[in-house]
Amino acid sequence: MINATLMLRWSGAALLALGLLGASCKRKTETTEATVSSATAAPTDKKKESIQNIGSDTMVNLAQAWAEEYGKLAPNVSIEVSGGGSGVGIAALINGTANIANASRKLEPEELEKAKKQTGKEPQEFMVGYDGLAIYVSKSNPIEEISLEDLSEIYREGGKFNKWSDLGIKSIPGAKSDDIIRVSRQNNSGTYHYFREVVICKKADYKSGSLDMNGSKDVVELVAKTPGAIGYSGLGYATGDVKIVKVSKKKGEPAVMPAIASVLDKTYPISRPLFMYTPGEPDPQVKAYLSWIMAEPGQKIVEKSGYVPLNKK
Amino acid sequence: MEHEVVTLGAQPTRRSMAPGGDAARRRMVESLTEHVLEWVIRLCGISAILFVFGIFFFVLREGVGLLFGDFSLWKFLSSTEWYPTSRSNVRYGVLSLIVGTLSVTTTAMLIAVPFGLGAAIFVSEFCDKRAKEGLKIVIELLAAIPSVVWGFIGISVMNPLIQTVFHVPVGLNVLNGALLLALMSVPIMVSIGEDALKAVPDSFREAAVALGATRWQVIYRVLVPAAKNGLLAAVLLGVGRAVGETMAVLMATGHAVNIPHSVFDPVRTLTATIAAELGEASVGSPHYQVLFLIGILLFSITFAVNLTADLIVKGVRRK
Repeated sequence: MINATLMLRWSGAALLALGLLGASCKRKTETTEATVSSATAAPTDKKKESIQNIGSDTMVNLAQAWAEEYGKLAPNVSIEVSGGGSGVGIAALINGTANIANASRKLEPEELEKAKKQTGKEPQEFMVGYDGLAIYVSKSNPIEEISLEDLSEIYREGGKFNKWSDLGIKSIPGAKSDDIIRVSRQNNSGTYHYFREVVICKKADYKSGSLDMNGSKDVVELVAKTPGAIGYSGLGYATGDVKIVKVSKKKGEPAVMPAIASVLDKTYPISRPLFMYTPGEPDPQVKAYLSWIMAEPGQKIVEKSGYVPLNKK
Repeated sequence: MEHEVVTLGAQPTRRSMAPGGDAARRRMVESLTEHVLEWVIRLCGISAILFVFGIFFFVLREGVGLLFGDFSLWKFLSSTEWYPTSRSNVRYGVLSLIVGTLSVTTTAMLIAVPFGLGAAIFVSEFCDKRAKEGLKIVIELLAAIPSVVWGFIGISVMNPLIQTVFHVPVGLNVLNGALLLALMSVPIMVSIGEDALKAVPDSFREAAVALGATRWQVIYRVLVPAAKNGLLAAVLLGVGRAVGETMAVLMATGHAVNIPHSVFDPVRTLTATIAAELGEASVGSPHYQVLFLIGILLFSITFAVNLTADLIVKGVRRK
């Protein structure tokens, strides 16, 4: 009897506390909104000398190299670089938590609208370099070149190629089966979106069952360790343990190796510009950084990191 | 009297002169602290309930909105097509992810339960005291390894190892994830299982030995049945750890949306999907809500596991 009344009392108290928790939840979202809006105000605040640079995993090494070099030139500015993927950077741009968002793809029109609505400012786009998207296979794979159509058949949902023998590769030393092991990226990656658009075709999807890696580097590492694998990743992530395959636009056309020259003259079919976005007009601090990136010293670092610098014209 | 009690605190030199007032004061303070402490402890007790409900409420609030639209729950649970960011045909089917989680967890338990319980029996029944202390320290050390480190081991050590030992094309697969999960849940099983066996009174052992039972018979016929509840709790806590583990399985299972046909196929789990995709999904979008729906699903799975455990334990107790 006593137990029952006690329980009743306690459950009442629990319910009350639950209500309080719900109320505090609500309050919490309000405060986060407040911090978000103060963060968007940050770029106009001249005393703030830290630049938040978030986004593309393809560009994260490059962004880090820039930030380090620039830190030596301008010690009063600290640039905080983090990766996560182009999607993460763009989400941060929309939420106003990034001063610069890195993206290995262009902003989608819907994202542009969203950013305008959220921050009240028009995001500014800066092209900072190019990247060739290299097709990697394991070192023991005898394949030398591949066409975009073949790549699409391998990666597209409903595509016909599932075995290396479909491509005319008889045997790969060390591979335990004939299956093509498709290595891909997680679906918020700019590389994933770009590859889908250019190689697979805009209206189609990836074949299910690919190994979706969380980083550009992971793709290359996994391909290096898996004899039957194929993967795509930025040219800057090439190592000595993998083989880069030449790519042709169509079967029969000459296949091209990704390199600075072939990316710049557009003979390499899967290369893309790299972007940095700012929410609205950048403040002087950020502007100085971006113009340093796009000028000679910044572009030298682009080349050093294995990417393709902007055409000097 | 009353007045003196109040002023006493400010004039400690007079304390010795008023022993009666001092005792009354101490009594009052004691009963007050008693009360406060009791409340604090009560609050600690119910805070677990509050947090569970709070978290459930939050996850539900973020995800449940989707269920009222033209979203089909049946399709969500029965379709294997997971294309949350498709430009042409967005599909949210989590069957492959559910199967992924279940396959990794089951395989992990098949490995971990014999090992974990065996180790618990060894530590509690066969070891001498020094070896026991040493083993316990090492096992606890095993539990302290962060899951990212396990994932690392999965990628760099187990991946090539599984490829060469089993002659399979991919080393990142169900088996890899399951081995890591087994290694991660064994320490929990050992320490809880060992406690359960230790709790069996020595008189049980003595009686069994006196009846002429061999060591194996003592363990199999007496100790394990007597410690059944605790051992079951150990196993189920291990299962809970395995279902909820994220980082290691994200790295070691290959992260491929795929219904596995053998333990050598790569899969993707529910937890890994949330971890990999939540960062990008814009707040409030269908993709975001679907990820929270997956959260609700995970919550329900662990809730079901715990409830079954409770019911089984209660059923065992009644007998």
